[in-house]
Amino acid sequence: MRASPRLWLPALCLGTVHVVVLLAAFFAPYDYSEQDRSLPFAPPTRIHFVDAQDRFHFQPFVYRRVEHAGQFRGYEEVTETRYPIRFFFHGAAYRLGSLLSSDRHLFGVEMPARISLMGTDAYGRDVFSRLLYGGQISLFAGLLATTLSLLAGTSLGIMAGFYGTWLDAAIMRLAELFLALPWLYLLFAIRAFLPLHISPAQAFLLVIAVIGLVGWARPARLVRGVALSARERAYVRAARGFGASDLYLLRRHILPQTQGVIFTQAALLIPQYVLAEVTLSFLGLGIGEPVPSWGSMLASLQQYHVLVGCWWMFFPGLMLIPIFMSYGQLSDVLQERLQS
Amino acid sequence: MTGAMHIPLCRRLGPGRHVLGMLLAVLSLLCTVFAANAANPSEELFVTAGETGHYGGHLVVSLRSEPKTLNPVTSIDVSSREVIAQMTADLIHIDRESQQTVPALAKSWKVSRDGLRYTLQLRRGIRFSDGVEFDADDVIFSFKVYLDEKSNSPQRDLLTVGGKPIQVRKDGPYGVTFELSQAYASAERLFDSVAILPRHLLEKSFQEGKLGQAWTLSTPPEQIAGLGPFRLKQYVAGQRMVLERNPYYWKSDHRGNRLPYLTEVTFLFVPNEDAEVLRFEAGETDVVNRMGAENYAVLAGEQGDHGFHLHDLGPSLEYNFLVFNLNAQTPAPAKDLRQKQSWFRDVKFRQAISAAIDREAMTRIVYHGMGTPLWTHVTPANRLWLDTKVAHPARSIEHAWDLLRAAGFSRRADGTLIDRTSTPVEFTILTSASNSQRTQMATMIQQDLKDIGVRVQVVPLEFRAVLDRVFQTHDYEAAVMGLGTGDVDPNAQMNVWLSSGDDHLWNLGAAQPATVWEADIDRLMKQQLSTLKFEQRKRLYDRVQEIEAENLPLICLVSPNLLVGVRAHVGNFKPVVLDPHTLWNSDELFLIEDQRAAKP
Repeated sequence: MRASPRLWLPALCLGTVHVVVLLAAFFAPYDYSEQDRSLPFAPPTRIHFVDAQDRFHFQPFVYRRVEHAGQFRGYEEVTETRYPIRFFFHGAAYRLGSLLSSDRHLFGVEMPARISLMGTDAYGRDVFSRLLYGGQISLFAGLLATTLSLLAGTSLGIMAGFYGTWLDAAIMRLAELFLALPWLYLLFAIRAFLPLHISPAQAFLLVIAVIGLVGWARPARLVRGVALSARERAYVRAARGFGASDLYLLRRHILPQTQGVIFTQAALLIPQYVLAEVTLSFLGLGIGEPVPSWGSMLASLQQYHVLVGCWWMFFPGLMLIPIFMSYGQLSDVLQERLQS
Repeated sequence: MTGAMHIPLCRRLGPGRHVLGMLLAVLSLLCTVFAANAANPSEELFVTAGETGHYGGHLVVSLRSEPKTLNPVTSIDVSSREVIAQMTADLIHIDRESQQTVPALAKSWKVSRDGLRYTLQLRRGIRFSDGVEFDADDVIFSFKVYLDEKSNSPQRDLLTVGGKPIQVRKDGPYGVTFELSQAYASAERLFDSVAILPRHLLEKSFQEGKLGQAWTLSTPPEQIAGLGPFRLKQYVAGQRMVLERNPYYWKSDHRGNRLPYLTEVTFLFVPNEDAEVLRFEAGETDVVNRMGAENYAVLAGEQGDHGFHLHDLGPSLEYNFLVFNLNAQTPAPAKDLRQKQSWFRDVKFRQAISAAIDREAMTRIVYHGMGTPLWTHVTPANRLWLDTKVAHPARSIEHAWDLLRAAGFSRRADGTLIDRTSTPVEFTILTSASNSQRTQMATMIQQDLKDIGVRVQVVPLEFRAVLDRVFQTHDYEAAVMGLGTGDVDPNAQMNVWLSSGDDHLWNLGAAQPATVWEADIDRLMKQQLSTLKFEQRKRLYDRVQEIEAENLPLICLVSPNLLVGVRAHVGNFKPVVLDPHTLWNSDELFLIEDQRAAKP
């Protein structure tokens, strides 16, 4: 069970995605805000091995693309010069955290050619690069919001379950209130009151705080149930009889009991919160331009012409599928373990 | 000046020819049944010059939002006005094609030498859509209503010249005289879209002071009448409004057939442009009044096989711009804003921003080349008034730098622009979230200004929140907005350019002009208003455009082209840049027969 591929396969998949996204600056060939105004809504670059003269090349290459005169969003390749794809390419400088600064990217091509594996958006920005940077926002918003939500939920749930009486009643009624409120509509109203001048970092924290704090109620109810039953167990009563303090009981006996519930909840909540961030950004309540998030990248699909004409704009949505499946699998396995 | 023609009276009959008389009586009875189509000889009809069409047919048009009211006196929203325009008529009309005034309910008019008195002769014998005759009393009544302060009509401001409302006097049953308190250039254009109301239906509610509540969407169709080509037939909330042919309409084609040709016009309510285009593509609607460049391009690909035509009419009268908050009255805690306003007020700063913006790229990316870069608010669509001497400088970062340096700004090692107090220059741009084009423009400005070290944040808000901040609270730093105009005449721009105007966006509610150049514009705009000669007015308005281009209170960006679509079977379709772009000649539109038969 412990080494079951049902557990490590999704874990490996998620781990890879998170590492790649964290190191987006290295894996992405371009900066997320770099516009190429001569290439709006260009489809993915074709990668060639065979050139216009039918000669085979071992190193893959691309051609520069120019707008097809008189044709809406039509591009044609200029086959005069080949631009080989180079690995560990010297491109735009970036910093990873505060320690490392570099200008090496996993791959790239010489200007004026551009390589866009997933096409470009309305401003000619590389969708692939934006997808990686956007993952930093979307995936980590999910992780951080879940942490916040579980912290608040666990502490309130334990208090309610362990102490009971009026505290239990108060916390649970509050939880019901939080479950009943129409949050999305409330958020729209709140956005209009907020100061206009929030930097992307502030906006990111705000989104996390909102998503995380709104969601404390469900884990709190589950944790409360566990704490309530644990409180009545014989060994807990015995410990209490021997004069154990509340803090000791909570730390030693109650909290370990809730561990399983918390992990399962985490695996369930993370994808939910990733989706919540995507939804908020899709509706324009997330982080502002030019910082990408998967939601704001998908927002361009609200326009009919993008929906019917630019299939590559669906990539951020498609990215959600493996991530959701992995988390789903993970929570299934955890659930099974909990029950066995 | 008259475009009207008098239809010859019926022939006289000799005495004693009873049988023939009887026959004629029967015939005339029959005729009343078909009265709709033949012209009644005693009526003074307006004869149009368009192609002769066929009767019948049903036109479906989409409308972006539901009309709020059918009351011409209180309506302000675009949808209501669009529907009302089909049901009402005005005294003197601006021909949307020639952009000149033409006779409408007034068959002719004279202007006194000093430009203060307008004498109008009304058409005789014409009727409202409920069959009641129209005369000077209806005109007097209508103007009484519009000018009454209690009516709260937006037309009241329009009809107030030199601080005094226009005086109206009756000259016999078919004559009306208007008197102005001061000379007003092309005052006859004021009459356009001032709908004449039926006195017999509205006088009672006016006297009771309830005119504002009259003619709502729930009013039964038989209680609503007008002089427009169509009248109300049915309203289904949330879905559609159906208008039917007005059988008493006062226009005919040159063969003597009474207009309009269409039996019905349906306005279908759709939520947004994309839905509008989808419906059109699916064949559910016949006309798209206006669409964005992307949708135009998508439709253009399938033009041939889907039986519709697309028209690119070139530049429109709409102008999009970046405006800085220069308001003297700002919200109390806005200390931050005060400091930023010290940059915004510096004309060199605004010029630098303007120089750093890549308008050509904006036209290409946002409008796919179907737009025109702008340097003043007068777009090339306004051929008559455009000042061709205004320079069109291309984007230049160097020039922007020179200007900023001269204004005391400098840059840090990392390229960030700082002012004299070493504060980094950054500001937010507000846009309407529902308008993707303007959000795109703001995002492009953000990228353009990065090149001169200015940090910009784009904040898309709900449209009403934007309006509220710009017009009410003045709590914003900059905004990308757009304005359109209903008329090409400079008088239509008074409310934007006068420092006391309601749309003087950058500094609203100023008691007096805040700067010397605003005082100059005030003087020039007022002067052109009371100048009667076109050449002189043009010179004055040119000067306004030059002052604008130099001082940039609005940094004009791009004017989108006017793009419309129509099904191939609609005849006499002549889209124009003036509003309403497509249905302005709805009375002449018809469905081409063979294709109409093919339509299910």
